Amino acid sequence: MKNQTISLTINGKTITAETGKTILEIARENNIEIPTLCYHPDLEAKAGCRLCLVQIEGEKNLITSCSTIATDGMNITTNNEEILRTRKINIELLLAQQQDKKPAKNNKLLQLAKEYNVTKPRFPNRKINYPTYHFGHSIKFNSALCIDCRNCVDICDKQSIEYLEIKENKHFLEVTPASEQEHKNCISCGQCVTHCPVGALDTTDSIDEIQQILNQKNKTVVFQFAPAIRTSIGEEFGFPPGKVLTDEMVSALKKLGVDYVFDVSVGADVTTIEEARELIRRLQGNEPLPMFTSCCPAWVRFVEHNHPELIPNFTTVRSPHIILGGLTKTYWAEKHAIAPENIIVISIMPCIAKKYEASRSEMNINNLPPVDYVLTTRELAQLLKNNHIDLQQCTPEKADDFFGNPSGAGVIYGASGGVMESALRTGYKELTGEELPNLNLQEVRGLKGFKEAEITIGKATLKVAVTSGIKNAKLIIEKLKENPNAYHYIEVMACPGGCIGGGGQPIPVSPEIRKKRAEGLYSIDNHKKNRLAHQNPAIKTLYEKFLNNHQNIHTTCHTTYKQKAYEPVRISFPKEDQT
Amino acid sequence: MPTIIEKLYQTNLHGRGGAAFPTAKKWEILLQQQSEKKYIIANGSEGEPYVYKDEYILTHHPEQLIKGIEIALKTIDKSTAYLYLRTDYFDRFKASLEKHIGNLPITLFRETSGYLGGEETTLINTIEDAKVIQPRSKPPLPLISGLWNYPTLINNIETFYDVAQIDQGTYKETRLYSITSEGEKKGVFELPEHWTIQQVLEHTNMLPTFDFFTQIGGSASGEILLSDELNIPVTGSGAIIIYNKTTTDPFALMQRWLDFFFKENCDKCLPCREGVYRLREMINTKNLNESLLSDLFFTTQKTCFCPLGKSVHIPISSLLKKVCGVTITV
Repeated sequence: MKNQTISLTINGKTITAETGKTILEIARENNIEIPTLCYHPDLEAKAGCRLCLVQIEGEKNLITSCSTIATDGMNITTNNEEILRTRKINIELLLAQQQDKKPAKNNKLLQLAKEYNVTKPRFPNRKINYPTYHFGHSIKFNSALCIDCRNCVDICDKQSIEYLEIKENKHFLEVTPASEQEHKNCISCGQCVTHCPVGALDTTDSIDEIQQILNQKNKTVVFQFAPAIRTSIGEEFGFPPGKVLTDEMVSALKKLGVDYVFDVSVGADVTTIEEARELIRRLQGNEPLPMFTSCCPAWVRFVEHNHPELIPNFTTVRSPHIILGGLTKTYWAEKHAIAPENIIVISIMPCIAKKYEASRSEMNINNLPPVDYVLTTRELAQLLKNNHIDLQQCTPEKADDFFGNPSGAGVIYGASGGVMESALRTGYKELTGEELPNLNLQEVRGLKGFKEAEITIGKATLKVAVTSGIKNAKLIIEKLKENPNAYHYIEVMACPGGCIGGGGQPIPVSPEIRKKRAEGLYSIDNHKKNRLAHQNPAIKTLYEKFLNNHQNIHTTCHTTYKQKAYEPVRISFPKEDQT
Repeated sequence: MPTIIEKLYQTNLHGRGGAAFPTAKKWEILLQQQSEKKYIIANGSEGEPYVYKDEYILTHHPEQLIKGIEIALKTIDKSTAYLYLRTDYFDRFKASLEKHIGNLPITLFRETSGYLGGEETTLINTIEDAKVIQPRSKPPLPLISGLWNYPTLINNIETFYDVAQIDQGTYKETRLYSITSEGEKKGVFELPEHWTIQQVLEHTNMLPTFDFFTQIGGSASGEILLSDELNIPVTGSGAIIIYNKTTTDPFALMQRWLDFFFKENCDKCLPCREGVYRLREMINTKNLNESLLSDLFFTTQKTCFCPLGKSVHIPISSLLKKVCGVTITV
């Protein structure tokens, strides 16, 4: 049955398509636009918003193109008078249920309203005084903007967190965070945010604060950018997904008036070395195996809230941006004779949970947080736009020494499997004294949510697993209950595809977009002269000059974890929000 | 000796739940499915106001109902059955039904999902204990992939009652009529299915002497027919509701229907969630905006996900037209 094709007609145009695809998929592949709000390629079609209705010849009723598989010979109309009328009315009904006090970015409904020329709804708004829910440390859900499409609930279920629920409120079934009695915790993965079509879910943003810091100019401001955003930031400025824009982004950041721009991938190189060493120590000693990665703070939150018994299995190595921030405020600060308290480190991350991670007091060095602020990829784009900086107009510039030039291994951290691959490249060298013959560990690459491999290092065989999407981590935990020795080393990323699919990344996102962002990262690695963390000259110097004693390594590169208490949701109402 | 499916074809039995799908066809499709398991469900959700014929069967003919399900179990290979009952029916009839069920593989199910729980895909979600009670997309038809993705036959309780009589050769092409007048349940009457409403009312001595109008099918989704429009057979689930034309406040009546829809709908699809809410708001103010009404009727009818939403406009537009003299062109 595979590879069979069908022939159908859409709006009079004859189209050949693969079998098994929906009418919507085929239409979009052929540049025939059908409006949707609740449809998302990551989710099962719900057919709830009713905007994608089309007419199939011979069918009495209009049908939803998102949920209907096309069959041979179908004659489909996507835009007759009747369909256009239903769309206009339905858009109007949606507008009237959305309290439009502040047009949210990424509000697809407002775009559709403009396109279909629906101006002022004939109904009073029905969500006046609907509250905003604050949860997961830095996620806010403005229920007055919600159009009840339930994508957030579905993706939260798909993550198997089930924090967002459907509950009854005065005869309406509405999206609501889990009640206090349930004691569930949001892990801040932010998938609800990237799957919301109207911007009702967002991060608490730090853009205004950062702008103030930039305007004051009385501190040394350091921006450091994560591995995963160099191939996604372009989407906010009209570039295709996956376009490598590292140096253009550096240039844009410099235009903001930033003193120094560092690459978090250099921090990743330190993480790699420390993590490889810890793995070897665990393999040879008495500490628990398997070792889990801990650079994904949403995964850390998940374990600290739900599986504290796994805390001893976390690597104690800090995540790359925390390490780099710490090194900036210690080693680099001393070298440049700047007082650490006069340095402000701002991380740009593909992630919402990184905001939480930066606030963890366990990370502080001499009572200072290594990272002062975290901006998401989307927030950075907004900050640049606020300052009239267009990435399309930026001439490439290199990131600053000493933390400007990572290995290829540090860059692939942004894709699921990247941490594992980097650590194994270095671990191989540490264990055998030789370099890994083939640096491309294909078994751990790709967008599959669950990958496993056996890697031979010298006489030992290392059993590893790589998961992305927290549901797959749950599967691993179950598997370990049956067989505690199933693996030695496990990489977990909470978001699908790893950080390239992170909750702070540009919207929209789809499997296709994640694939391209990841390919971009691997292409950087492929073209790098140096693809190994331990061969990065900057890292070598760092280990000679600063990370040459247990004390320094311990304070800048390692941390601790502990069971965390339940975090209740905070609710605010429009009046409070205005003050 | 003809098989039961042949007999169902011969008698031309149509489902009694409201949609009137040919029963023989349903059974045949289920029979053709290749599957390790199949389910048969007798639907006794009966959630619409003033429809109470299933209750009548459960009270007076439980043995015939179970017989009908038993025939289905024998006809359909690898099948087990559910008898799906609204909460109060379950509580009242459990003991009596269990006696008749004996060792048959029939599970009694206590349904708590209201009016929408009678819609067949919502019914499946209810039995599966889905987190949110709402309808599923069709296709696939439950007959192909229903309860726990197995082929599933869903028939109304009355349909199984008829099947038993067809099997015994006692079926007389009758159906059950629930008759209500001025809010008073007058009873359930078994009369020929091809009779007109007029004939049914005359025969049962229910034809009012006062000026009246009727609602046919159920007291939420049923269409309004005036006293001179009764020369047609009953549709839907066979309910005839009589209203006193002089004393009935049409706005109060529409409010009652819309309150019912507003509370009972699932809010999954936009036109039903928002459309019903906006219709209710407008009727509550008694201030009719005709072009808006036209748009709301149009979109609920054309774009709602399930039959509940698609039928919301029927009682309101027919009442407005025939009783209030307001014709809304859609």
